[in-house]
Amino acid sequence: MAILEIVRIRRGKFRRPGWFAFLARCFGLLIAGLMVLIIWEVGRAAWLSIHTFGFSFFTSSRWDPVHDVFGALPFIYGTLASSLLALIIAVPLSLGIAIFLSEMAPPWLKDPVSFIVEILAAIPSVVYGLWGIFVLAPWLRDGVEDWLGNALGFLPFFQGPRSGIGLLTAGIILAIMILPTITAISREVLVAVPQSQREAMLALGGTRWETIVRVVLPYGRVGIFGAVMLGLGRAVGETMAVTMVIGNQPKISLSLFSPAYTMPSVIVNEFSEAVTQLHLSALMEIGLILFAITLLLNIVALLLVRRIGTVPVQGGRM
Amino acid sequence: MLHGMKVRDLNAWYNDNHVLKNINLHLMGGKITALIGPSGCGKSTFIRCLNRMHEVIRGGRVRGEVWLEGENIYGRRVDAVMIRRRIGMVFQKPNPFPTMSILENAVSGVCLHESLNTNGLAERAEEALRQAALWEEVKYRLDDPAVSLSGGQQQRLCIARALAVKPEVLLMDEPCSALDPASTLRIEELMAELKKTYTVIIVTHNMQQAARVADHTAFVYQGEVVEDGPTSEIFTAPKDPRTEGYITGRFG
Repeated sequence: MAILEIVRIRRGKFRRPGWFAFLARCFGLLIAGLMVLIIWEVGRAAWLSIHTFGFSFFTSSRWDPVHDVFGALPFIYGTLASSLLALIIAVPLSLGIAIFLSEMAPPWLKDPVSFIVEILAAIPSVVYGLWGIFVLAPWLRDGVEDWLGNALGFLPFFQGPRSGIGLLTAGIILAIMILPTITAISREVLVAVPQSQREAMLALGGTRWETIVRVVLPYGRVGIFGAVMLGLGRAVGETMAVTMVIGNQPKISLSLFSPAYTMPSVIVNEFSEAVTQLHLSALMEIGLILFAITLLLNIVALLLVRRIGTVPVQGGRM
Repeated sequence: MLHGMKVRDLNAWYNDNHVLKNINLHLMGGKITALIGPSGCGKSTFIRCLNRMHEVIRGGRVRGEVWLEGENIYGRRVDAVMIRRRIGMVFQKPNPFPTMSILENAVSGVCLHESLNTNGLAERAEEALRQAALWEEVKYRLDDPAVSLSGGQQQRLCIARALAVKPEVLLMDEPCSALDPASTLRIEELMAELKKTYTVIIVTHNMQQAARVADHTAFVYQGEVVEDGPTSEIFTAPKDPRTEGYITGRFG
């Protein structure tokens, strides 16, 4: 009897501060609620545009505020093209730095290099934009684009007038901006690869390079993929720096030299001067699409990660 | 006659910590030599010096000579990678490559050194898996991930992986310490089989295991080889009081 009493009191004691649990639960739900609210509000504002243009909003390239006709294809294209270009540039570089930092660098060099890479993430995006306009763009226009055009001009990607303002510049700026994200996460992934895995390959007579390529990278592939997806997410949503260097012209061209327009850029450029309801609504719909794309990216990433991430914990059964 | 190894004046350090002191030892070809001693005595460091794995660790340093068939593996022009190919190693914890299948694991070392076609690789894998006494258990599931095997099977897969490279010497660093008794027994049986084809050197903290499997035993204590000889002599008539103290369980 007495023991039961004690148990009851103790239980009560541990259960009573339900206030904390309640508050924590509320905050947790708040996040989900906010998300739903955002989708709801943006969706409502975009409804007029969705209703007016239907599916042609995705397939039409005509963005004409004067005649109140809107199609978002050039912005979708610009966003995907610049982000993809950024990935093509940033992934090999980031992986290279991550491999150097985790597998090769002498201890005294690791911290300074990591620090410099991480500092890149601290630079405000508008500063990247300024640097892009005044340093990178002229440099690309007067040197790199000429060289690319002459050497690889037979490809559609490197044709057309060279202005230094356009997809290539945006892609490079984005690549620099997502480099720290991909590098830092990949490095952590590689550092977490057990030493016993490296030793196994070395003991079989593998060189350091073979060990990295055949053991370390495959072991960390899921995490590296996650890092790349995070970088892509950042590139897709990046606004300021891209707006400053991409040229802001809603046209679709395969050439990396030609100006383009991205979804965040058109929103930030036009929302203050959108006079008609339909224009504002079209911008809202672009916002909705942008949100949907990032969501889709993350879902696809998760599914893929789950598919290739079938590495069970080692030595689980004896 | 299988090649043995001769260790001459071997010293090893971790940073400033002098862990192996002037080791001289003859490891006989075609025999199993066990290295026994209390934890931290340097036996694991010693076995890692035999295929130049000690220097892989940051702060690991080695001085001295280790001879394999008339070649000093610490010689000036010797490539550590080639040495490790000739001297295979099995580690304390099973460490198969989790991203590879059983088959891919078995040939993961072979792929580095020889350009065999698919058939050649499959044959080599079967040969190695048979030698490691794993073939019967995995022959219908070669494409399964290696980590789907039990711990004991994983360790035998690691042995197969090392054997597939066709080394001359097989080093085993406490290969059974993470395994249950049944798996331990299988691997001990396997060792008796392996010494027909390989020179086997095993580190063990388990004296019974040394007594069961080894032809020769060396007692390592505080970074030195105190005594070595035929296993029966070490265990029945040790010459050094420290050896006697250890095997009778007075310390360690």
